[in-house]
Amino acid sequence: MHHSQVSEHATTTGIDHRKMLIWVFLGSECMFFGSLLATYLIYYGQSLPGTPTPGEILDIPTTSVSTFVLLMSSLMMVLAYSSISRGNVRNFRIWILCTALLGSTFLGFQIFEFTEFAREGLTPKTNLFGTTFFTLTGFHGAHVTVGVIWLLSLFGYSFKGDLTKDGGVNVDLIALYWHFVDVVWIVIFTVVYLIGITNAVHNAHG
Amino acid sequence: MVTFWVAAFIFVTVGIGLIYTVIRFRRKPGQGIPKQVHGSTKLEIGWTIVPIIILGALAIPTVMTEFYISEPPAGDQLTINVVAHQWWWEIEYPESGVITANELHVPVGTTINVEMTSNDVIHSFWVPKLAGKMDIFPGKTTSLWFRADEVDEYFGQCAEFCGESHVWMKFRVLAEPISEFEAWQQKQLADAAKPTTPEETQGASTFVAKGCIACHTISGVLGAAGVIGPNLTHMGGRGTIAAGTMEMNQDNLREWLSDPNEVKPGNIMANSPMSLAYTNPNFALTAEDINNLVAFLHSLK
Amino acid sequence: MASIAGALRRPTSPTGLWRWMTTVDHKKIGVLYGVSSFLFFLFGGLEALIMRVQLARAGHDIVSPEVFSQLFTMHALTMIFLGVMPLSAAFFNLMVPLMIGARDVAFPRLNAFSYWVFLFGAIVLQSGWLLGGSPNVGWFAYAPLTSSSFSPGNGMEFYIVGLGILGISSVAAALNFIVTIINMRAPGMSLMRMPVFIWMTLITSFLLITAFPVITVGLIELYFDRTFGMNFFNSAAGADVVLWQHLFWVFGHPEVYILILPAMGIVSEVLPTFSRKPLFGYPVVVLSGITIGFMGWAVWSHHMFTVGLGPIANSVFAITTMSIAVPTAVKIFNWIATMWGGSISLKTPMLFAIGFIAMFVIGGLSGVMHSVAPADAQQQDTYFVVAHLHYVLFGGSIFAIFSGIYYWFPKASGRMLNDRIGQINFWLVTIGFNLAFFPMHFLGLDGMPRRQYTYQSEMGWDLWNLVSTTGSLILAIGILVFLHNFFRSLRHGEIAGNDPWDGRTLEWSISSPPPEYNFATIPTVHGRDAFWEEKYGHDGMNVPASVEASNATEEGHHGIHMPSPSYMPMIAAIGLSVAGYGLIYHFAASVVGACITLVAIFGWAMEPPAEPTE
Repeated sequence: MHHSQVSEHATTTGIDHRKMLIWVFLGSECMFFGSLLATYLIYYGQSLPGTPTPGEILDIPTTSVSTFVLLMSSLMMVLAYSSISRGNVRNFRIWILCTALLGSTFLGFQIFEFTEFAREGLTPKTNLFGTTFFTLTGFHGAHVTVGVIWLLSLFGYSFKGDLTKDGGVNVDLIALYWHFVDVVWIVIFTVVYLIGITNAVHNAHG
Repeated sequence: MVTFWVAAFIFVTVGIGLIYTVIRFRRKPGQGIPKQVHGSTKLEIGWTIVPIIILGALAIPTVMTEFYISEPPAGDQLTINVVAHQWWWEIEYPESGVITANELHVPVGTTINVEMTSNDVIHSFWVPKLAGKMDIFPGKTTSLWFRADEVDEYFGQCAEFCGESHVWMKFRVLAEPISEFEAWQQKQLADAAKPTTPEETQGASTFVAKGCIACHTISGVLGAAGVIGPNLTHMGGRGTIAAGTMEMNQDNLREWLSDPNEVKPGNIMANSPMSLAYTNPNFALTAEDINNLVAFLHSLK
Repeated sequence: MASIAGALRRPTSPTGLWRWMTTVDHKKIGVLYGVSSFLFFLFGGLEALIMRVQLARAGHDIVSPEVFSQLFTMHALTMIFLGVMPLSAAFFNLMVPLMIGARDVAFPRLNAFSYWVFLFGAIVLQSGWLLGGSPNVGWFAYAPLTSSSFSPGNGMEFYIVGLGILGISSVAAALNFIVTIINMRAPGMSLMRMPVFIWMTLITSFLLITAFPVITVGLIELYFDRTFGMNFFNSAAGADVVLWQHLFWVFGHPEVYILILPAMGIVSEVLPTFSRKPLFGYPVVVLSGITIGFMGWAVWSHHMFTVGLGPIANSVFAITTMSIAVPTAVKIFNWIATMWGGSISLKTPMLFAIGFIAMFVIGGLSGVMHSVAPADAQQQDTYFVVAHLHYVLFGGSIFAIFSGIYYWFPKASGRMLNDRIGQINFWLVTIGFNLAFFPMHFLGLDGMPRRQYTYQSEMGWDLWNLVSTTGSLILAIGILVFLHNFFRSLRHGEIAGNDPWDGRTLEWSISSPPPEYNFATIPTVHGRDAFWEEKYGHDGMNVPASVEASNATEEGHHGIHMPSPSYMPMIAAIGLSVAGYGLIYHFAASVVGACITLVAIFGWAMEPPAEPTE
């Protein structure tokens, strides 16, 4: 009788322990990002006058591209999981590498944006907007980074071990995490970028 | 108070129930397994509804009183502005222009509206015999109101931990007849009493020479316009020293000036680089200096 | 099978200290939690005694105000995070798998990781005593007193990093127990057949994973302000320092339910056993626990009644706070009804459980008094709060924990704690506790604020302070009596056997202590109080059939394969702590620490949970 971590062993719900773990963990992460977002929203519009505002700093066109890149990476992730669950390790490797690549591209865009903003006068120390913006998006970027490392580790592991067993559950786990990080970005993009700009446009038009 | 009696009643009832149960159903030798009762829907409903009713009843005066204390009643009121500092109270009467520290005078029977902000960390304004407390924050204003119905001296203290000398951040509220209050206001607006004795005169110049003026204001003393510490123009007339820490008298004044850290650990007067007399050996106070200062300050009625 | 390029062979049959350091067995991890946390509990108690001696008389100068403020800060942090929470974790670890008929938790290495992270986090938190000063701003650390200008030095960093690391431990453990309870129950054990202690563990675990991220964000924001000059709590930049209070108490209030629900779970097991009756109103008690878990999120601003949020906010939170008293009261009535009509045995576990009910009622009622917001304007920040919180946390949680210790010590060790000494323990603690804390109600209503290192004699507070200090000394003696009982019983305690209390739940069906694999055969469950049913039949009234010894001896493993010990959890924990100190002293150490953790995680992922038997 093997120990329960192997999914052959019956679980009360029929769900693999690891999958359940990651779902509950993502619930916890919702609270984490929720609190960061709440801080951002509480301080929205409260920065001292004369300091940079979202309307002045944020660059919607560029960030739309990076958002698209991240969304595409989620597609790659779906393809990767689909491949491994059908036992196609070669395709899995291609798609997971693409996922990691697009994820890294997104990070590249973030770094570019952050340095641009700093050049234009917005740093984490500048005002409430800077403080909350960089903290929120920075932690998101950190989560993407962890995801990329995880993706590349699985890529490497695929040469050594068998990722197809248990229906590809190990890839399922990173897929859940990756999609979650993507959803968080959608929320951030909507609330911080799109709504931030809308208000600015509103104010500009009086 | 109502809540207390409700609570006491509940405690006694439940307590008696508990003790009675334990005694009555104490295991007797040879006793078999008791009847395995699993529950009773009726009881569950009953003892859910009763607490709801009790709490509902409690909620009504709670909300009503909460609204009552949050806004001063309509009508005449006197506004006092308070700025809380580590570890003293800056007090200003905006209508008359009086500026003082650590002691509020209010006319009896008048609604007093206190508007408060902090110069540094969170403090809390509390005069237990007059009102509940209200916290004080940097960057925003909070307020509370009270009305003293009896002529008396009320004790107040800071009620939010604010650092090393939080314990010694006290104040007094003196409620007096309106005529006395107005006389007090007039007195506060006047310049400081001029020194009469040689010690007092010497003390006044020591006050300037040893750098006290960097932090303290004494109206009428040239150059004494510092706003970092309490306004001392009429400090001799106050009931206490160092924010309610000691009674005002010459001995205590001497103790305070000789070793402020002993009285109020960590206080700014004895530890700030701006405070030359206490942090710069070239400006140290001699025993004679202190005697003269004591005489001078005590004379500032 | 080697891990990490053969550099670190996985331990095969470690002995002695290594056995404890690489264990992934929930029972050993439970003992580790229990022993460590009790030591911290004693340390926190010492801090309290020093404060009580200081306050015994007006104008006393045993300690300086600076040291006193570190004492009251660390006393609270130690008792909450290093005392009650890990003591509850000790019980979760020791008992959850046994009570649900499982062989271990879902993730044994994650379980070990949780313990080591807890221990190292505790060390970080306590570092201040040796490394330049502990945090001194009160356990809830209101901004801006915690900013770098008002709190220079590293005290706040020990607070931030210490609590951050402890949070990781708690969340990891909670995740583990959620999966374990939902996914590893014995066949036939539906959710409504689980022991109430398991339910409370489940609810507590959900509270942990949802509440800790909120304080983590608060801690991060404070750290960023202090270290990088950001503006989260900088009122000069337009920030609102009250944000800290909201973040803290949105965590802080669920946290107090995290502290009390396991205690309620323990008491819900002890009372039926020592009354020989099932828990009265099981579904209602479970539902009340779930309700409290949800409603606990809706009351946080009752800690902020004097912040000036306005009458509407205050009224709303007053009403939600009063509402939460309803499920709590319902539980108390159900507990008393459990005893009613029963056959009550007043052994020590039962004494503490009954004491819990009495003390918790007092604490709950003073809580209701606080919920009346305008009254709280007087009571807040006074000794009335100190009285209330100690009645619920000590009279509540600690009493229940002692009940659990006396109840389950036999199962864990195979020996009974001495009941006569236990009675002395109980009465000394009860008398001492009440003498120490009941007078604080009077002091609070008489105007004595909390967090005062001394007071003036004119205030008239001398007598009750002296009574309180005397009580605390009696309480301390009671704790010493417990320690005596504990050590004496480890060696000379009466042998317990499987089922010393004629228990109702599965843990009593196996040997004391249980074999490594817990159950030789996983039982099938047919109802609540599964073991009682097995003994006495469905209506619970039959003469016990001779219950066959349901465990095999060590020789007959029946092919049961338990997870293997591992170095990885501890190494990962070490990496985290190094990284933590790096955040305080030098970022290079953080990088090093992160790398160590990463390597450990890789090693962990590469090694299988259980090595094939050689």
